[in-house]
Amino acid sequence: MPPIISRGFRRRRGDDAGGDRVPPGQYVTTDFPVLSAGPTPHTALDRWDFAIVGEVDRSRRWTWEQFRALPSEEVTVDLHCVIKWSKLDTVWRGVSIDTLLEGVETSAEYVVQFSDGGYTTNLPLEDVMGGKAWVAFAYDGAPLEPEHGGPARMLVPHLYFWKSAKWVRGLRLLATDEPGFWEMYGYHNYGDPWREQRYWGD
Amino acid sequence: MAGTAVLGRLTWQVATVVDVVAETPRVKTIAFDVPGWRGHRAGQHVDVRLTAEDGYQAQRSYSIASAPDRSRVELTVVRIDDGEVSPYLADELQPGDQIELRGPVGGYFVWEPSQGGPLLLVAGGSGVAPLMAMIRVRVAAGSSTETRLLSSSRSWDDIIYRDELERLNGDGLTVVHTLTVSQPLGWTGYVRRVDVAMLAEVGPNPAERPRVYVCGPTPFVEAVAEALVQLGHDPRGIKTERFGPTGG
Repeated sequence: MPPIISRGFRRRRGDDAGGDRVPPGQYVTTDFPVLSAGPTPHTALDRWDFAIVGEVDRSRRWTWEQFRALPSEEVTVDLHCVIKWSKLDTVWRGVSIDTLLEGVETSAEYVVQFSDGGYTTNLPLEDVMGGKAWVAFAYDGAPLEPEHGGPARMLVPHLYFWKSAKWVRGLRLLATDEPGFWEMYGYHNYGDPWREQRYWGD
Repeated sequence: MAGTAVLGRLTWQVATVVDVVAETPRVKTIAFDVPGWRGHRAGQHVDVRLTAEDGYQAQRSYSIASAPDRSRVELTVVRIDDGEVSPYLADELQPGDQIELRGPVGGYFVWEPSQGGPLLLVAGGSGVAPLMAMIRVRVAAGSSTETRLLSSSRSWDDIIYRDELERLNGDGLTVVHTLTVSQPLGWTGYVRRVDVAMLAEVGPNPAERPRVYVCGPTPFVEAVAEALVQLGHDPRGIKTERFGPTGG
């Protein structure tokens, strides 16, 4: 069925509002909207750690100080949120997941990110490897604000932004896929914005 | 775990405008007839898609304000002056016009009468829309669930669904307004932003383990959720929905 023309509707935004960097159905915003399902958790840094657990030879754990002593990278990426906004050229600093997985022996093919507050999100392990994902602790040159996921959040910019857990505390490596929070509530299991995988069945 | 009952693919459906109601000077409710609508749960949202003559398309997400129904879906839209979609929805749409909808979406920020209560709904501005769906389904189902709505608006004229809320107040539903910017003469209600003291007065007590739903702009939701936690409410019992000034 061809789309219904909405009488009198026309483009209002600039012609090149992002151009081919904006996936289908998205629009560019310069704000940084916040989306989360519950209250913002506040975990003191001296009680924070980051863990790699599950199907691994042995669990790994970093205190905040240990985590911050790891080599970090500055990355500039575009973000795409399932509720339609995209934000271009965002600048983050974080630790590559490749760094955190260095030396970890695993046969896992999937990973679940878990967070303070109980949020989880799942994805194939290969989607957080090879320079595609970070645990970010700074945004735009400043420590990451709690409402945006601070002290540290995942950054997996090639998938819709709900696949980047705020307040992340670790990765659970798994042999089989386990749907996370939004994935159980009707959102797509993989979430590729370029294939517009917003909801179940997309 | 009970997710949303999305059966297969969510397809775009044609929605025909049947009614447009001015709620406040900046806010309109648009009622659509959507043949074959699968129904929804209070708190869910839909995606709206507009297509221009030249094929250009824009999508946005809106909370559903109406109680579940077989074919009627109501969206409450705030006109954002420099937005692309909201001015069209709020100013241009007339009965008979057609757009496309896809949904319902979201299975977390929902309430059904069978879940019971007590229920605490805290709304900032047009964040009242999905909470109104909950109030409406509560009435439609004849539920006696003890429900409180604390609604923050800028002024008396900015209160969305004011008359309907006034009519429904009672029978286990308590509606409390706070007017943060200006108040009519003789106003005896709250005149400040929602804070810990106000939430404590409105209740219910955290010991009653209410189901709490908070919806509004991000700073509002951040502040209210924080205050609720301070007051002793279980963070896991607090569900939030936020919207930002995203130029919609």
